[in-house]
Amino acid sequence: MADDTREQIHRFITSRFPDIGITHEDDIFALGFINSLFAMELVMFIEKTFAFTIPNEELRFDNFRTVASIAALVDRNRPASVTASQAPR
Amino acid sequence: MSRQPQSSPDEPVTDAPAAVTDRGSAKRFTDTHIRPVADVYDSAGRMPDGLLKAASEAGLWAPFLPVEAGGAGVSFTTLGRIHEEVGRGCSSMRSLLTVHSMVSFAVHRWGTAEQRTRWLPGLADGSTPGSLCVSEPGSGSNATTELTTTAVREGTTWVLRGTKTWITGGQLARLFLVFARAPGGVVAFLVPAEANGVEVEPIEGMLGTRAGMLATVHLREVALGSEALLGPEAFASGMLLTGVLDIGRLSVAAGSVGILQACIDACASYTTERRVGGVPLRELPLIRARISDMVTDTAAARLLYEEAGRLKDANDSGTIMATMIAKYFASTRAARHANEAVQIHGANGCAPESSVARYYRDAKVMEIIEGSSEIQQLTIADAAYRIAA
Ligand SMILES: Cc1cc2nc3c(=O)[nH]c(=O)nc-3n(C[C@H](O)[C@H](O)[C@H](O)COP(=O)(O)OP(=O)(O)OC[C@H]3O[C@@H](n4cnc5c(N)ncnc54)[C@H](O)[C@@H]3O)c2cc1C
Repeated sequence: MADDTREQIHRFITSRFPDIGITHEDDIFALGFINSLFAMELVMFIEKTFAFTIPNEELRFDNFRTVASIAALVDRNRPASVTASQAPR
Repeated sequence: MSRQPQSSPDEPVTDAPAAVTDRGSAKRFTDTHIRPVADVYDSAGRMPDGLLKAASEAGLWAPFLPVEAGGAGVSFTTLGRIHEEVGRGCSSMRSLLTVHSMVSFAVHRWGTAEQRTRWLPGLADGSTPGSLCVSEPGSGSNATTELTTTAVREGTTWVLRGTKTWITGGQLARLFLVFARAPGGVVAFLVPAEANGVEVEPIEGMLGTRAGMLATVHLREVALGSEALLGPEAFASGMLLTGVLDIGRLSVAAGSVGILQACIDACASYTTERRVGGVPLRELPLIRARISDMVTDTAAARLLYEEAGRLKDANDSGTIMATMIAKYFASTRAARHANEAVQIHGANGCAPESSVARYYRDAKVMEIIEGSSEIQQLTIADAAYRIAA
């Protein structure tokens, strides 16, 4: 399931930036394409796909630095009963 | 004629208005409470108290807030329709709703439980008008990168120093949502108008949205507790602004469609009455061509903002780009067709208190606010390089 989470996040990022090849561990801020539009889209994508609202205290750079760290944020916060496939689309 | 009946800007609005929760009720509110006085208060450069009170009674300020927060729980698609109707009557009133919506959205979306309890009731019923403070004398389009207003933490206190300008509703606001530069990035604060060091200086005589009660807001050593900080201190700051501007753009897109519809209504009426060479203007092919383009662009712009609203209601991340596209299209078309509407009205379109002259002036503003057309043009191109998720 954790892998599935990573895959969904990876797919979302590469849908926005098809030309970048990133691994789950690459620092996406270092690639220089993060702007506030993309940050907002990413947060909306996470909240919708995994069915939770990201608490303010989790909105820190380090939590969004890599696909792996975003997936960890998701795993920490998503409701236990909701899996990605059940989340509202 | 498209000119509205004359009345005093302070004329009391007598009938208590019905709740505004959809296009139909917004249309009735606009036709009863806004259109009859819009040209007069545009000239006066201020909003009549009676209209502000009627808006509160109708629940017009933030109907998208959930019922438990004092709103009516209307969808963003419906909010767009309501703002279109208000914009058809008066862009100044719509612009006050725009900034108030942005502040209300921000408190609801990012506020702590205490911040919501403290501010949402007054935002919902309009007793606490909200204004958004981003722009400064030296920064507009470049606001996030070149803000000079600073927020410095001194012990448990934040101290704000700087000047914000072009603040719509600044003369009325009881709550300012202020963006300032802190050591960790751009941060948002909820600043009560009565806080020590907040000084409001009215701006008169704007080209458009003249009754938008604009102000320059000076922040002179404004000391605030940690309860004034809205949202996180870093990362989300730019995102919070993006989220707030996104709501503003939906409102401006819808309001621009309101201007377009008002131009159509005015031109349809005027070209039916006005005769040239023995025939009504409406029978002249060049006039018909202009009105055809107006009708077509209005229909397209309406679909664009409704789609943006639909995506917002579905929490779909595509809404941000869709809203930019809607705002860019609707505002540029409003400016183009309001220009045509004045042309079609000839000298009558240039007369004092001409409604189409007001649409023309207001439409120009729509191309500048919530990210100018050029800023949208720089960003929307990104959509070409995406693939479906
Ligand atoms: C009626 C009215 C109400 C307003 N209300 C508010 C409010 O409530 N709160 C608030 O914070 N602000 C408000 N504003 C300010 C508004 O947000 C700014 O005017 C807007 O962001 C543009 O900034 P600017 O005026 O400083 O123009 P500038 O940023 O100085 O731009 C000047 C011109 O250069 C263009 N330009 C800028 N950058 C680029 C680029 N990279 N490439 C090409 N062209 C570029 C712009 O599009 C514009 O045409 C209001 C403005 C008006 C007119």
